[in-house]
Amino acid sequence: MNRQVIIALGCGVLFGMGLTVSGMTDPARVRAFLDVFGSWDPTLAFVMVGAMMPMAVAWRIAKPRRAPLAADEFHLPATHPIDAKLLLGATLFGVGWGLVGLCPGPAIAALALRPGPAVLFVLAMFAGATIHRFLFSRPSAGTAAT
Amino acid sequence: MIAAFPSAIPLQGLIGGVMIGLSAAILLLGIGRIAGVSGLFARATGASDSGAPRMIALAFTVGLPIGAFVAASVILTPMRMTASWPLIIVGGLLVGFGTRLGSGCTSGHGVCGMSRHSPRSLAATATFMAAGIATVTAMRLIGFGS
Repeated sequence: MNRQVIIALGCGVLFGMGLTVSGMTDPARVRAFLDVFGSWDPTLAFVMVGAMMPMAVAWRIAKPRRAPLAADEFHLPATHPIDAKLLLGATLFGVGWGLVGLCPGPAIAALALRPGPAVLFVLAMFAGATIHRFLFSRPSAGTAAT
Repeated sequence: MIAAFPSAIPLQGLIGGVMIGLSAAILLLGIGRIAGVSGLFARATGASDSGAPRMIALAFTVGLPIGAFVAASVILTPMRMTASWPLIIVGGLLVGFGTRLGSGCTSGHGVCGMSRHSPRSLAATATFMAAGIATVTAMRLIGFGS
């Protein structure tokens, strides 16, 4: 467990460094990527391509293995069909993303860069996630649904 | 760097992207978890009842601003926030609620899910990208926010 926590912390640090190096903690740059009819900035596409390369390799390595290196099993999302919740959720997320230019990772990373607006956004994000919890949580299935 | 897009930073984007992908790959192969920031954040803050163990989620989440701080001390990274504070709150609420309803954000669906060829993640990513583009374009058309 301790080893897993340390790995998670290291991964978070590396992830936050990557977001900052790639300019993704800059909301104006992210909004410029979404501004395809304005002065388009393709940087985010390079970030996605760069990030998917190691992950494509990682999935190939993971596939034949029964367990990861420092845990008993893989915890992977089940492959549900595409449903209305998924599409509505992604739409609402996309609207918020376009309004401000922040998604969860960069918003949390930006707490160290410009605390003022970042704290406000992260608190609102927490409130949004909490509203979802109260609307959709199933207390009896809570611990089993991992 | 790309003549047609003077503000783009493709090399930094690619390098930062690879760092993000490596982080996600280490998390997957090390402890068998998906580097989905919205899920880990919700878990870390108690806004979700299911998902990774609390300490693991917390460690990853805390790592993000630490990594951003380290990277920002080496490399110059502006954070240009165009949104006013009411917009930041609305955006944060939508991002927090939407990523929970849609089971993921740019990292979980975009990086981890797409590299896994998950149809759900592909649909979610296409949807939030389209919604983001529509939002930024609509704001441009009414001359608001940019």
